[in-house]
This record gives sequence, C-alpha cells and structure tokens, in this order.
Amino acid sequence: MAGTDTKAAETGDLAALEAGLDALERPAGPPRRGAGPARALLSAVLPPLLAVGLLLGAWQLICMAEVKPRYLLPGPLDVWRALVDQWYEGTILGVIWESVSRGALGFAVATLVATPLGLLVGRVTPVRMAVGPILSGLQSLPSVAWVPAAVVWFGLTDATIYAVVLLGAVPSIANGLISGMDHVPPIYLRAGRTMGATGLAGVRHVLLPAAIPGYLAGLKQGWAFSWRSLMAAELIASSPDLGMGLGQLLENARVNQDMSLVLASILLVLVVGVGIELLVFAPLQRRVLRGRGLMDGK
Amino acid sequence: MSSVLTEAAVRIEHLTMSFPAGTGRQVVLNDISLSVAPGEFVTVLGASGCGKSTLLNLVAGLDRPTAGSIEIPGERPALMFQEHALFPWLTAGQNIELALKLRGMAKGERRAEAERLLELVRLGGAYGKRVHELSGGMRQRVALARALAQDSRLLLMDEPFAALDAITRDVLHDELTRVWAAQGRLSVLFVTHNVREAVRLAQRVVLLSSRPGRIAREWTVDIPQPRRIEDADVAELSQEITQQLRKEISRHGRH
Ligand SMILES: Nc1ncnc2c1ncn2[C@@H]1O[C@H](COP(=O)(O)OP(=O)(O)OP(=O)(O)O)[C@@H](O)[C@H]1O
Ligand SMILES: [Mg+2]
Repeated sequence: MAGTDTKAAETGDLAALEAGLDALERPAGPPRRGAGPARALLSAVLPPLLAVGLLLGAWQLICMAEVKPRYLLPGPLDVWRALVDQWYEGTILGVIWESVSRGALGFAVATLVATPLGLLVGRVTPVRMAVGPILSGLQSLPSVAWVPAAVVWFGLTDATIYAVVLLGAVPSIANGLISGMDHVPPIYLRAGRTMGATGLAGVRHVLLPAAIPGYLAGLKQGWAFSWRSLMAAELIASSPDLGMGLGQLLENARVNQDMSLVLASILLVLVVGVGIELLVFAPLQRRVLRGRGLMDGK
Repeated sequence: MSSVLTEAAVRIEHLTMSFPAGTGRQVVLNDISLSVAPGEFVTVLGASGCGKSTLLNLVAGLDRPTAGSIEIPGERPALMFQEHALFPWLTAGQNIELALKLRGMAKGERRAEAERLLELVRLGGAYGKRVHELSGGMRQRVALARALAQDSRLLLMDEPFAALDAITRDVLHDELTRVWAAQGRLSVLFVTHNVREAVRLAQRVVLLSSRPGRIAREWTVDIPQPRRIEDADVAELSQEITQQLRKEISRHGRH
C-alpha cells in the first residue's frame, strides 16, 4: 500500500503548505496606530477647534474695531447670549425639532420617490434618454427658485415647504442611485448572470447591492439638499399659521432687527444640518465602505 | 438530435465569432469545433488576445456567436473568471449561499452546504470573512467553491490563476486536480496562456492559433495524476507544445 501512503502524505503536505500560504498572505492585523485612542481623538479634534477659535477671534477683533455699529454686527458673546436667552425661553428645542422633523419627513418622502425613479431611469434606456437630462438639470437648479411658484400654488402652507424640499432632494438622490448603478463593475453582473441571477433576480441580488455606495452618497447629498431647500422655504414662507422652524426664527429676528438672534439662528441652521450629516450619514457610509474593503480601518 | 455520440458535456460546432472593427469586422474565432466528454479535463492554450475569453463567454452563454452552435445538455455551466469576481458586499460563505439560492436550494440546507464546499477547498474557517480580508489564493478558492455550488456538470475556467504568484498557483493546481477528481463526473474547460499549467492540469490540450483563433493542434496528456509542474514528462511535453505555439505566433510577424 505504499502508493496510498505517499498519496495521503502528499495530501497532508498540501494542506499544511496551503495553511502556511494563507497565514502569510493574509494582511497581518490592523496597521499600528502612532499612539493611543485619546491621542488620535485629540489630533482629529484639535485642528478644527483651532480653526474655529481663530475665526471667533477674528470676528471679535472686527467687532472691537467698530467697523459697523454694535447693533448691526454683534460679537460672538452677544450671539452666545442670544442663544442662551432662547434656551431659557424654552422654545428653542421646539423650533429645532420643527425644522428637523420637517426635514426628515421631506427627506424620507424624497427617498421613497427618488429610489424607484432612479431605478427606472437607470435601467430603462428610453426613460433614461427622456428623463435623465431633466434630472441632471433639476439637480443644478437651486431649489429656492421654486419657492415663489410653490407659494402661489399652495399658499403659505406645509405643502409649499414639502414641495420645495422634494424638488431639491429627489434629483440628487435619484442621480446618486443612477451613477451608483452605472459604476457597478460589469464583471459582477456577468458573474451574477452565470449563476442564474438574470432579470429581477439580477437587480435584487447583484445590481442593487453593488450600487449601494453610490446610492448612499446620493442620500447624503440628498439630505444636504433637503436641509437647504427647507431653510429657503421656511425663510420665505414664514407665516403665523405655520409652525415655527429655524428659518422662521431667523426671519422673525430679522424683522425685529435682532442681529444677535439672526446670527445665532444662522449658526443653528449650520450646526443642525452638518450635525445630522456627521451623526447619521457619515457613519453609515463608513460602515458600508469598510465592509467592502473600500476604506481603511476596522 | 440526440444520438449516442452527442452525450458530451459540451459540443461546440463550427463556432465563429466576429466583432465590428473599423469599417469591417474582426474575426476573432473561426470555425472552432470542440467537444468535452463527461468528466474530462481540457485546457485551451493560446497567446494573449487569441480569443480564449471570447470562447468561454460564448460557452457560458454571456454572448451570442456569429455562427455555429454550442450544445450543453443540462443546466448552465459555471464560470470562473481571471479576477475572483466575488461579491464584496457578502461574506465568503454568503457568496456561496447566493449561488446555492439561485440554483434553487432550500433555505435550511444552504448554510451546511456552503460550509461543506468551503471545507472542500480547505477554507473551513472562512465562512464569515469578507472578500477583502482574504488573500488572492483564498479568494480564488472561494470562487472555485462558489462555482462548484452551482452543481453544474461543466466548469469553465478563464485563466483563474494567472494573477497569483508561482507558489500559490502551484498549490492551487494540486487543489484543483484533487477537487476535480473528488467531484466525479465534473468536466472542466480551462483556458490559459501558460503551457506548463495546461500540461500540468489537462487530459487534453487544445492549441488555439491567433487572428483568427482556430484550433491548430491537439495533444492527449497521459501522464498520470498527481503530476507536478516540474516533472520531467510535463516539461518534455510542454517543450513540444511551446515550440508549436512559437511557430503559431511567429507566423504573424512575417508578412
Ligand atoms: N466586445 C468586443 N468588441 C470588440 N472586440 C473584442 C470584444 N471582445 C474581445 N474583442 C477582441 O477579440 C480578441 C480576443 O479577445 P479575448 O479577450 O477573447 O482574448 P484572450 O485570448 O482572452 O486574451 P487574454 O489572454 O489577454 O485574456 C481581442 O483582439 C479583442 O480585442
Ligand atoms: Mg482572456
């Protein structure tokens, strides 16, 4: 039985050889970081903090130079006080919530509309030839341009606000999905087809999952557009009948010539919009990209 | 149409493929006739650009031929690409399970079958690994397992080891020979430009000429398996085939 023995020995050798190769070839653990997590956090947070500090300093200097009278250009401390006053009045959280909930609802509806639209335009050539250029055009049209028309059509109602948000967000979400599908490497589609993923199964099991990074980028941009459109709409469609959001807060402050509150409102619009992007969309995107090995880190 | 003789795993007859090029058409494959018997391992050898991928894509049903016919009894053949073509949004195990699902296997059985296939290519612990966490050789083994998951009787392989380093490629040759033997009646049509690889693996080597690609010659390899790429018999036959291949290629230099 010498033959079988050699064969068994060879199979064993092969397994050992292969295990060795696998161990050697695999990326060896996560790359070493320069220092502990506290240090890393510090180096990530410090530069932007420094920049903000410099900006505040410059602002304060300009105020002290009295380029404009104080009631026109309040300093950082005045703005801070305005914010604190709002806080003690107890309405500010409600105002933020009004805007955020409108933004979220508008964004959700925009996603529901844009996803099938993007699929249709991306997959059906005649639809693409007809609708594709319109979608790209709409994406570059500032949605604030829709506000006057929407006010005429819907009056000073929530419908006006949502119409403007949708017109702002739908094109960018749909375009994100379309470009995500366009950039799917053809080899995945071919591999799917040889496995029997044709037609709807191909869309569900290969095309859509492969397009998710582009789709997420579109969603993130869609949120930015939703928020911008919402603020434009709230600023212009400001009426006592409508709930008060950040845009209306800003507009009321302007009417009352309260420049500190104007600046404080602008700051809130910025912080809330960017904050949601950083807290919701950035981690989602990071997770997806890392899962696919398209980004460093664990 | 069925005679006793048609029971081949694939029967290619008078296959011609041309692509539009400039004002006319470029004939890439010209009148190819080739059959692979059940359980047979055939390599198609040819220079770069001679139409090997075109041939496999036609057999896989991804493209339509200009003329000729391809008969495959049973289900669609499995295809392994030069790049692993694994889906990066799934784990190694899920990639295999997707193939099982698309072939119609019941949900409850898929996990165990995927584990079994991973075990077969000696990647028992890799079920939950993402594609980017695997080495090149491991990816191609997962791709092999995914191709086997289709449970097709014909496996098409398009230079699947070309991108690997020599040591890993050598190991995967052994692995493929072993898996092919273990699968029983699995037919393999393997395409490569590497002469030794062709001889190391195949029972029959088919040499494809370039521009247009047609079958130039065929060799039967009766060296018993397991072979090694450095075996004297392998080297000897490789030398003979290489000479022929060089002759084919130098025809194009003269005009
Ligand atoms: N879709 C296509 N349209 C036009 N020409 C094509 C197409 N696909 C392949 N060709 C041409 O057909 C020829 C053969 O290509 P093919 O990819 O089949 O070669 P190959 O033998 O697989 O080469 P390699 O060893 O580089 O993989 C090439 O000259 C290529 O330019
Ligand atoms: Mg090729």
